[in-house]
Amino acid sequence: MIEIKQDQTRFWRDERLINTVAQVVFIFILVALVFWIFSNYRQRGLIFSFRFLAEEASFDISEGIEFHPTDPYYRAFLVGVINTVRVAVLGIVFSTILGTFTGISRLSGNWLLRKLATIYVELIRNTPLLVQLFFLYFAIFMRLPRIQHAIILPGSGFLSNRGLTLPGLVTGSNFSAWLFWVAMAIIGTGFLVFLRGRTIKTTGRPAFNFGFLLLPLILIPILGSFAAGGSVLNWDLPSIHRSGSGILKLEGGINFSSEFLALLTGLVIYTSAYIAEVVRAGVQAVPKGQTEAARSQGFTQGQILGLIVMPQALRIIIPPLISQYLNLTKNSSLAIAIGFLDLYAVSQTMLNQSGRVVEVFLMIMASYLSLSLTISYLMNLFNKHFQIVER
Amino acid sequence: MKATARDLATKIRRNLFSTWYNVVITLTLSGVVAVVGTKALRWILIRAQWQVITTNFRVLMTGRYPKDEVWRIIVSILIVFTLAVITRIVRKQKKTDVYRWITVAWILSLPVITILLRGFGEDNNVLPGVKSEIWSGLMLTLVLAVIGITASFPLGILLALGRRSKLPVFRLVSTAYIELIRGVPLISVLFMSQLLLPLFLPPQIRLGTVVRALTGMTMFSAAYTAENIRGGLASVPKGQYEAARVLGLNSALVMILVVLPQALRAVIPALVGQFISLFKDTTLVVIVGLLDLLGIAKAVTGQVQFIGLHQELYCFVALVFFICCYSMSRASRRLEIALGVGNR
Repeated sequence: MIEIKQDQTRFWRDERLINTVAQVVFIFILVALVFWIFSNYRQRGLIFSFRFLAEEASFDISEGIEFHPTDPYYRAFLVGVINTVRVAVLGIVFSTILGTFTGISRLSGNWLLRKLATIYVELIRNTPLLVQLFFLYFAIFMRLPRIQHAIILPGSGFLSNRGLTLPGLVTGSNFSAWLFWVAMAIIGTGFLVFLRGRTIKTTGRPAFNFGFLLLPLILIPILGSFAAGGSVLNWDLPSIHRSGSGILKLEGGINFSSEFLALLTGLVIYTSAYIAEVVRAGVQAVPKGQTEAARSQGFTQGQILGLIVMPQALRIIIPPLISQYLNLTKNSSLAIAIGFLDLYAVSQTMLNQSGRVVEVFLMIMASYLSLSLTISYLMNLFNKHFQIVER
Repeated sequence: MKATARDLATKIRRNLFSTWYNVVITLTLSGVVAVVGTKALRWILIRAQWQVITTNFRVLMTGRYPKDEVWRIIVSILIVFTLAVITRIVRKQKKTDVYRWITVAWILSLPVITILLRGFGEDNNVLPGVKSEIWSGLMLTLVLAVIGITASFPLGILLALGRRSKLPVFRLVSTAYIELIRGVPLISVLFMSQLLLPLFLPPQIRLGTVVRALTGMTMFSAAYTAENIRGGLASVPKGQYEAARVLGLNSALVMILVVLPQALRAVIPALVGQFISLFKDTTLVVIVGLLDLLGIAKAVTGQVQFIGLHQELYCFVALVFFICCYSMSRASRRLEIALGVGNR
């Protein structure tokens, strides 16, 4: 005979049972959904395979590393990824500089500087990035003079509606011999760093100033270039030539296309306004007593900012800064709107050529996710370093 | 306090010329402001051809919406405006018993406006159908943003609850969804909804481009809403759960009656912020071929008689966005103070 206990819960009210059943049902629904999607996809006679990547791309990419229409799809994708990384890295560097400067300006004692920084931040943050990009590209970079009337920059650079061309460096005939001296400089400086660290450990004070380290690092390569017989690195000055058919052509130097410049400028302007707010919040979060204490000790305004406030603000700034960097990387996908061939724009062309929608889409997702993860991984290392220094 | 000329002089000296570098900064910046300012002013007042805006004003605002039906958009705006005014008055006078009716009215306004804008059938006399495919201009921008944030709200709550759930399946699926969406750009989600969604649905289901874009916006926005709401849920003290459980409420009721109302109240400012960024992000539908405010502006620059008027058009679009976003962010800052978030 079964004895029913008074306080025993009925099985349908047992929380453990409800939880299990709910999860099982949920998994069942998810699996059914995936199957339904898959069968719909199959119904259209589409197959799923990444084999097309080895096929000939048969479209041209004018931006970034060398690419020919006969190259396979995967190389096209690689070109796109490299272009995205190029914009993202440069964008992160420049927007950090401009953002920090603007953020500090917003707290400046100078009324005019403060107001201008505020107007800049509010104006940029309250208008869409795409509108800014369109404006920059169509109303500024496309309006630059044609190549015949290119603006000549000091130090022989050209700015025209084909973009910006700057002098580049090319390796000379004695470059490989010179590499030995560069290696020596790096090893020598490394040895000095080691020595300096040991003296600090034993005596508590450095044997020489940190700036002194720059001396061998710069001097040895310069002396080495003479030892190698000169001509190690040469300037590659750009020039405008008229080709046989009478078309003007830019030769030499490093060329940045107008699309690249418009995208980079747009991303830097947009992200720096957000970074300015992050920096401002970080600086304001440092207790006022710190500044006052430093001032009473006779620190100058610059020293207070550089030695007292910024190191403390940095800990607060870094985490939101990481998400701004991630936003910049994701926003670089707007390149397609102004015709810069980044990862997304190249994928779009790949898709139109091959018709492999799902495959290309998965590749886009995977690339952006791995880019995001890489950035947050690197920045978290940096973050950890600063957080440990904290008390 | 009397503001004499002397006070003013001291003020100017303290704020602009206190040290030698401040003098340099002030003088340089004044020069830049003067040069850029006169140039900009001359452009705005003399050189800019603003008639491109006035000629195309209706198109920029309502796009390809039939000219005779524009009154329906105006009525929709009036409905929202009236409701907003009533809400403000009621809140000011603290008539707590009408709050419920205001909420109901807001919820009802959504289907009413949708019907008003879409109409019924092709041959309906009162409200002839206006297919969502031809919605465009500022109206499309507003529709995308408002419906995007509204539809993402319930989904966001579910995802946030899922991510905080004790049950591993819900937690895993919600976390994976949120992190996946937040890790990729909006444009790729929009692209998915435009190109992949039709492939994943049976051939007999046909969605218009606007509906597909809305699906993408909602999917994207839901992940961000979920993260905001999760923050709100974390801010509710544990004692609230425990007290509610002690009173005999089951876990669903604890959530609905005790925790969520407090959590949602705390995240209103964050949600306004998210709405602003979603509102700006709606411009991305241009890339998948829809004609929102920016899309129409771009199309106008392509017309023969308006060719090359990029500056005027994009400045106008930027101004519209600036007015909307700036007033919203000011309102959100006021709301933050009024709700006392962080001061409780």
